[in-house]
Amino acid sequence: MTQLTMAKSINEGLRRAMADDPRVLVMGEDIGKLGGVFRITDGLLDEFGAKRVIDTPLAEAGIMGTAVGLAFRGFRPVVEIQFDGFVYPAFDQIVCQVAKLHYRTQGNVTMPITIRIPWAGGVGAAEHHSESPEAYFVHTSGLRVVAVSNPQDAYVMLRQAIASDDPVVYFEPKRLYHQKGEVDLDMDVADAPPMGVARVAREGEDVTLLTYGAQVATALDAATAAEDEGVSIEVIDLRSISPVDYRTVTASVRKTGRVVVTHEAAREAGVGAELIASVTEQCFHYLEAPPVRVTGFDIPYPPAKLEKHHLPDLDRILDAVDRVLDRPNSLTTAEAGS
Amino acid sequence: MTMMHTLSPTADHATDTDDVARLITPDGERLADRELDPWVADVDAEALRGLYRDMTVVRRIDTEGVALQRQGQLGLWAPCQGQEATQVGTARAFRADDFVFPSYREIGVGFVRGAAPADFVLAWRGEAHSTYNPYDLNTATPQIIIGAQALHAVGYGMGITFDGTDQVAAAYFGDGATSQGDVNEAMVFASSFRAPVVFVCTNNQWAISEPVTVQAKFPIAGRAPGFGIPSLRVDGNDVLACLAAMRWATDHARTGNGPVFLEAVTYRMGPHTTSDDPTRYRDKDEVERWRRRDPLARVEALLRRRDEFSDEFARDVAAEADRWGAEVRAATLNARTKEPIEILDHVYAEPHVGLDAQRADFAAYLGSFSDAVAGGEAR
Repeated sequence: MTQLTMAKSINEGLRRAMADDPRVLVMGEDIGKLGGVFRITDGLLDEFGAKRVIDTPLAEAGIMGTAVGLAFRGFRPVVEIQFDGFVYPAFDQIVCQVAKLHYRTQGNVTMPITIRIPWAGGVGAAEHHSESPEAYFVHTSGLRVVAVSNPQDAYVMLRQAIASDDPVVYFEPKRLYHQKGEVDLDMDVADAPPMGVARVAREGEDVTLLTYGAQVATALDAATAAEDEGVSIEVIDLRSISPVDYRTVTASVRKTGRVVVTHEAAREAGVGAELIASVTEQCFHYLEAPPVRVTGFDIPYPPAKLEKHHLPDLDRILDAVDRVLDRPNSLTTAEAGS
Repeated sequence: MTMMHTLSPTADHATDTDDVARLITPDGERLADRELDPWVADVDAEALRGLYRDMTVVRRIDTEGVALQRQGQLGLWAPCQGQEATQVGTARAFRADDFVFPSYREIGVGFVRGAAPADFVLAWRGEAHSTYNPYDLNTATPQIIIGAQALHAVGYGMGITFDGTDQVAAAYFGDGATSQGDVNEAMVFASSFRAPVVFVCTNNQWAISEPVTVQAKFPIAGRAPGFGIPSLRVDGNDVLACLAAMRWATDHARTGNGPVFLEAVTYRMGPHTTSDDPTRYRDKDEVERWRRRDPLARVEALLRRRDEFSDEFARDVAAEADRWGAEVRAATLNARTKEPIEILDHVYAEPHVGLDAQRADFAAYLGSFSDAVAGGEAR
């Protein structure tokens, strides 16, 4: 085991995947000499050369569309989208081409493309640099969508994403890039839990708290705080948000009877909506209270000085926990005051 | 950079359809062209008859497709009448191991690449999105998103250079597609990476109801040099010129000189698809002017001038075309619609628990009908 930042663990994941398979190549803006704006591809150009570490023109549709052609040719491109909010120009190529070609060709053409997206907020960035577009991709059949929350998963799941014959949108939370954790670089990736399997990040009895990505850390903080108030929260790190591991999710909900979902992305038609709909379908008779979502607001991502109000924090999560436990909360306070 | 232009000076307007490289006039006269002639020096009367045969069969397939749509056997058809020379002439220049990324109208390209009768109709019938394995024909599934395939060709071409082989990739798209970002980004990438790609822009004058002047004020071939890509504006109704141009282009790309851009100036004689009505947006005189430039009649006229076009040959070709028409019709009428559960096949290459659960539910639902029948019989 080694102590690594998430940034370094992703870098190692890329390096080892490229060393193991000569058909793996990485491409994107500034990923060569600069090593990427977050230095995730640092050192790869020197090690693998310009034919496998491709600095591209500044054109996201171009990057994604040429990756499709390379996949047609039998390569396994790993594409870096520089920032979450820059993925939209590539949207057509992702949802119409990358996602659909295997289906359109009746399985004859595979698209083993990994789309890495530095993702979400909390780092005080400029406009278009803190977005959470995951629901668009979750809604698109043919894609797998994962979100990592720690250096170990970042390493293993990247290796699994690159090895997968399906296209994988791989969300890496920017605000965790410099967080360190234990990483076993020499583990057999094939023996690791598959990327589609959720992880019970903390066991609990009273409330199931579903989340993914950087929000896992906030959820764990909330669980620790709730413990002081005698409430036991089970935190589930989904890891994969398409498909969702409902076996793990529903087992937890059947145990606790209460559900809170939290994510940074806006609420309407978001991943939380899908989670609660599915949980309600599958566990309705086990539910003791209506599930609650704690999400970003339905607004464009706010300016950096205000983002802390948008991002669901520990207190908003605890307020939702109080709601599902029918304890005094912001709504009952408001009602009493009116 | 080796550059090859059309007549000099280049046309001022995108609509100047005579400022093109041409080897056969509409009346069947063979023109000399110092730059193009060497590329078709081997094309004798027999080879010309072969091109005529290809175009005749393609026209027959197209006619059958329109008829089948009108008879309700196909949901839609995108006719290619008028564009046979562009498609056959350019596609005949490829090697079998070159890889082609066509749009949905490249019936002639599909024919030359070896598509079977069913491959022309089953997608339009709604039986499957793609009817052949792209690797069998080295031809991608026809693309419907306008211009998207230009980038795929460039990516494939980049892969060719990484692999160090001498294949060529090609993308076919229309004049409307040249307004798309994807086509412009494709030219940037192709130029920057020196990809062995040939862009074939079929300028058929109309993007559904929008004339080419809405997409371009200047001949489209004139754009490519701005990306560092040599280009040629060729008469798209002249199959010999199209073949020569494409042989030049593929040779240029194959020998490590990077991408090439061809603009084939032609005309779509029919509607954009069987769903639209071209009489709403273009006048009869224009259509009649283009009818007099018919690509098949042009080759026939040249061969007749040389006394190389016999009635017997014409009958043989017509019979072959009819055979193709009958096979296309049979493929349509004999189509097998897949079982309902197969709608869920091939979404993912690997097992997917979400879709697997839906498959199980749908299978149970489908099974409930047979149970109901069985139950009814029992009663």
